[in-house]
Amino acid sequence: MNLNYLTRRLGQAVITFWATVTLTFALYHMMPGGPVESMQNIILQQVTTSGGSVDLEQIEQMVALYANIQPNDPVYVQYIDYWRQLLFEFSMGQSFSHQEPVTTLIAERVPWSMFVSVYSLVIGYTASILLGSAMAFKEKSRFDSIMSSIMVALQSTPYYIVALLLIYSVALRLGWFPTGGRVGTGVEAGFNLEFMTSVVHHAALPILSTSILGIAGAISLRGNAIRVLGEDYLRVAELRGLRPTRIATEYVGRNAILPMYTRFMIGIAGVLSSSVILEQIFSYPGMGLLMYNAINIRDYPLLMGTLIIFTSITIIGILIADLTYGYIDPRASGGGGTE
Amino acid sequence: MSDSEGDTQSELEALFEPQGTVESLTRWERVKQQYDLYVRAPLKVAINDWRTVVGLGLLILFGLAGTVGVWFTAAPSSGQAPFLLGPFENWAYPLGTDVLGRPIHTQLIHATPAMFQMILGGAGLAIGLATVVGLLSGFLRDTVVDRVLMTIADVVITIPGLPLVMVLVAVFQPRNPYVVGVLLGLDAWPALARQIRSQVLSIREEHYVEASRIMGLRIWTILRRDLLGQLTPYIAINAALAARGIIFGSVGLYFIGVLPFNALNWGVMMNMAYASGALNETAKLHWLLWPMLTIFLLSVSFVLLSQGLDSVFNVRLRARHAQTAGEGDTSASKGEHDNA
Repeated sequence: MNLNYLTRRLGQAVITFWATVTLTFALYHMMPGGPVESMQNIILQQVTTSGGSVDLEQIEQMVALYANIQPNDPVYVQYIDYWRQLLFEFSMGQSFSHQEPVTTLIAERVPWSMFVSVYSLVIGYTASILLGSAMAFKEKSRFDSIMSSIMVALQSTPYYIVALLLIYSVALRLGWFPTGGRVGTGVEAGFNLEFMTSVVHHAALPILSTSILGIAGAISLRGNAIRVLGEDYLRVAELRGLRPTRIATEYVGRNAILPMYTRFMIGIAGVLSSSVILEQIFSYPGMGLLMYNAINIRDYPLLMGTLIIFTSITIIGILIADLTYGYIDPRASGGGGTE
Repeated sequence: MSDSEGDTQSELEALFEPQGTVESLTRWERVKQQYDLYVRAPLKVAINDWRTVVGLGLLILFGLAGTVGVWFTAAPSSGQAPFLLGPFENWAYPLGTDVLGRPIHTQLIHATPAMFQMILGGAGLAIGLATVVGLLSGFLRDTVVDRVLMTIADVVITIPGLPLVMVLVAVFQPRNPYVVGVLLGLDAWPALARQIRSQVLSIREEHYVEASRIMGLRIWTILRRDLLGQLTPYIAINAALAARGIIFGSVGLYFIGVLPFNALNWGVMMNMAYASGALNETAKLHWLLWPMLTIFLLSVSFVLLSQGLDSVFNVRLRARHAQTAGEGDTSASKGEHDNA
């Protein structure tokens, strides 16, 4: 792993972050009528329902408070100011609906979404690796063809349909799992067994339905493994009289799984993506549900904030993948040139 | 050339008259060869693979539903049928009706055209953008263009797709199905662009591409002649997979009610059924299950098609079928050489 590679990857991460934040800033200005007018309507609505009255100047102050944008400044000053508040005050504005800073709201939700995401990634990819290698070793057997058909069916089923089917069968019919929420009512939060089992119990179905996203990887692992099985070095390894288990794990397994590693980390983007829909179905209060609620009442600051955080988490995930890949695959330590 | 040995004059003439002297095939034979290689052999491979047959068959059914079906069935309206009829109870409404008395089957049928428009918009954008970016970037490797394009692709890959689409939808409120499709296709292009780029990088090391470059052909000519043909499999297979992505995304967003409910959509049906408690009441369950089954079938058809296409584009398999189609070894290899 050389310094050049490191700086390039870090540079990529910085550029992505910059692009996302700039996009949210640009979107404020691309709203029909600009940030002032579009938010004016929402603020007016809120104020009139609570029975007060405001003038235009107050509205502009409120836009500045909520969206971190001073509508009267020239655009470049607004832009610099937007960044300054994000970087030095960790402020992404204030939510219309919750009347709380966006950062606080998101920070409370992040761990829950990450909990579901990480476990569903791990479970999904573990299952796909096991299934994929089993299919490759029994290539062209009946098991292989049945599993391939099941894989086609799984690939064609959206995760939210899986979620609905799971709710219907396991939660409503059998009553094994709760249909929503993240802990049982009346369970005291803390480091105790009751709380932790309740958390796992509530997260089980969201995790299971999200892990469907990763299971399609079994097909590509099967392909990788079959290709590796045809390589000359495997014949050499066999002729050297190495134990079959060693060949399976060190030669076939390692070379077949390596190409999936970066995909695993990029998979975070897909899993976080799905949380927007799944957390609504399971009424699981994570970041996805926060964003879903924000979109229904046009809570723009919260919407932009969640987008920035979603992207940041993915950036960190991909950065970890890039920086550790060199340790896992010695061939890549020179730095990914052509891919 | 061996027959005109010794006579340099005629040898040169022969060189400049490839059609008349060297190629002895008539135009008809050439057409027949082309037909054999590009129509008959792929069709034979396709028919021998159940995945292509089932996938294409389902897709044609959906296509018919979206075109002819819309003509033959009346648009669903509230109160046109008894409320909450179960499936297969009344053959005028084979799939049953919903709480507003709208027949399920016409709702499904009338939502199909908009779905295909979304797929066209989204998959079209994803494939077009990915092809252009991938080809350019691969051919101009390590130039500023390549770096900029790949940086943009990496940025788009990193931003989670649905949240981005949701923010865009919230700001722009799209109603046109093509526009919804394009927004959903925005995050589908970078991965394919990268795949195409790495394909280009390996293909451009081949001798015939090298030769074209030495001959001084313009870059677009080389791209069109030498590369695009090799990349068609990737593009076709990924188009089918991108279509699946558009279906998942659009139905999902309609289902949670983020997209404006101006059009009929399977996701809208699911949303209304789910919101009215279809999971808890057996009488309403079919209202939720039919759209789910429809989405599954359309996705299956695209997934099967993508897998079947994989075997159609497999050159070795196709060559074997071209041989058994009767023209023999030479026609297949010659035809391929002409268009390499």
